[in-house]
Amino acid sequence: MTPAGTSASRQLLPVVPLAALFLAAFVLPLAALVLVSLFRDPEFSGLSLVQYLRFLSDPFSLKVLSDTLWLGAEVALATLILAYPLALVYVASGQFVRTLITFLIMLPLLTSTVVRTFAWIVILGRDGIINSAMLSLGFWQAPARLLYSWEGMVLALTQIQLPLMALPVINSLLRLDSNLTRAAEGLGASRARIFFTVVLPLTLPGAIAGWLLVFAAAATAFITQTLVGGGRIILMPSYIYQQAVGVQDWPFSAALSLIFTLAVTGVVFAIGALSRRYLRGVDAA
Amino acid sequence: MQRSFIDRLYSGIVGALTGFGMLLLLAPTLVVVIISFTGGITLKFPPPSWSLHWYVELLQSQEIIAPALTSLKVAAAATILSAVLGGAAALGLARSRLRIARALDALFMSPMVLPAMAFGLSLLLVFNLLGIRLSAGTLVLGHTIICVPFVIRMVGASVQQLNPVLITCSLSLGASHWYTFRRITLPLIRRGIVASCFVAFLTSFDNVPVSLFLADARTEVLPIKLWAILEGSLDVRVAAVSGVIVLVTLAGLVCAEIFGGVSRQIGSR
Repeated sequence: MTPAGTSASRQLLPVVPLAALFLAAFVLPLAALVLVSLFRDPEFSGLSLVQYLRFLSDPFSLKVLSDTLWLGAEVALATLILAYPLALVYVASGQFVRTLITFLIMLPLLTSTVVRTFAWIVILGRDGIINSAMLSLGFWQAPARLLYSWEGMVLALTQIQLPLMALPVINSLLRLDSNLTRAAEGLGASRARIFFTVVLPLTLPGAIAGWLLVFAAAATAFITQTLVGGGRIILMPSYIYQQAVGVQDWPFSAALSLIFTLAVTGVVFAIGALSRRYLRGVDAA
Repeated sequence: MQRSFIDRLYSGIVGALTGFGMLLLLAPTLVVVIISFTGGITLKFPPPSWSLHWYVELLQSQEIIAPALTSLKVAAAATILSAVLGGAAALGLARSRLRIARALDALFMSPMVLPAMAFGLSLLLVFNLLGIRLSAGTLVLGHTIICVPFVIRMVGASVQQLNPVLITCSLSLGASHWYTFRRITLPLIRRGIVASCFVAFLTSFDNVPVSLFLADARTEVLPIKLWAILEGSLDVRVAAVSGVIVLVTLAGLVCAEIFGGVSRQIGSR
């Protein structure tokens, strides 16, 4: 038995290689990103905040950022609406249905993003499933433009990110004390009322965790945004890529990356903090 | 009467949304596999006829096979690096209550929070500023960082479940640290390691934001190649690639399930 002090620091010995790697390939690059964003122009001629001012004074850039955050919020809300019924059925079902739902949730999680996005191109395209079904059933006269539209992009991202929402919601529903719902039932509440006054408030932490995961994932989903949204919808990830690789304006693209990172993590932290405050109130009551 | 109507309406809505949700989860994968067997030359669905034409075409497409092999190599290297370095770190961090251990844990998890585009760009900038030429090596480095959080979480969870008394017993019975690690610790955290390797491999194989900035002309990876193809035209060969990826992933999942119970690990993440 070694004394506590030396064994505590010796335990950290295996951490050293990874810490060194992170210093070189994670902390250092991020420092470089901050530094480059402070240069006045692509020739690196002097330090200033001009890139940030350029972003804040440009209505186009601000629109790109707000569209991107809005996309994340919309997709997260859509997945929330689909995840709860799925989770309710999961919790109420036997082993077979539970395994089936788990398998269905894992399926998109494990197939590559490009494959999932490609599937949506097939579904939404001009000759795709939705168009040929609607045309042959006589609902539509001409094929609708589903691919390269905002709605198509939201639908595709909803499917792609649904597992991120379903898992935490199922987990928090499983932890819910079933005596509470049974008590409400015994007191004569309808099932809808039980859901909105007992189940939903008590499983809100899981829902918020899922909402934040999906929000961040959908806002940064470069592949799906560019392939299903198309070239006419410009969002932050493609804007960064275009400025960095297309225009080669590194200071501006670095500033864009940092602003985008701050905006996404800012929303995540703000909502996380708000929910902790609100949920503490629930516990106290 | 009033109440039963509301109850039925509620059950109806829950049922309908669940059905829609399950269909939504299943449909895209199914669609990809079906369309890959089309005999037509467009992505028309349902396919006008059936054939293996696009798989044969794929076998002859060196410009897709080469990036696929590159992706497999990069993913294998990034998986091994992140499993060895991340696994060692997770072992060290799991039972330490030092403040620096918590700080390091947060650092190792942060690639998950940071938008990957920003990380990809920052790596490109630093390699350029330092005059390091982009290569398969720099790509592996970037992918390793992205994979580490999964290893830290999953191996860390396995280590937490490990009863420390077993290790104390082994050491007090005269076994060396190395022997104890090999015969006691490693077998007991095997599930966590297998599951994290599986997820790390998929994460690297699937990564776009980092590869987008770091892949040079000689190290083109599969997702970027497919993205470039799809941006230009709606090539049916992508369907055949997708079919292969879906089948290989399912086979991999079955293997990982047998050796590591991977679905439980991912589910509890």
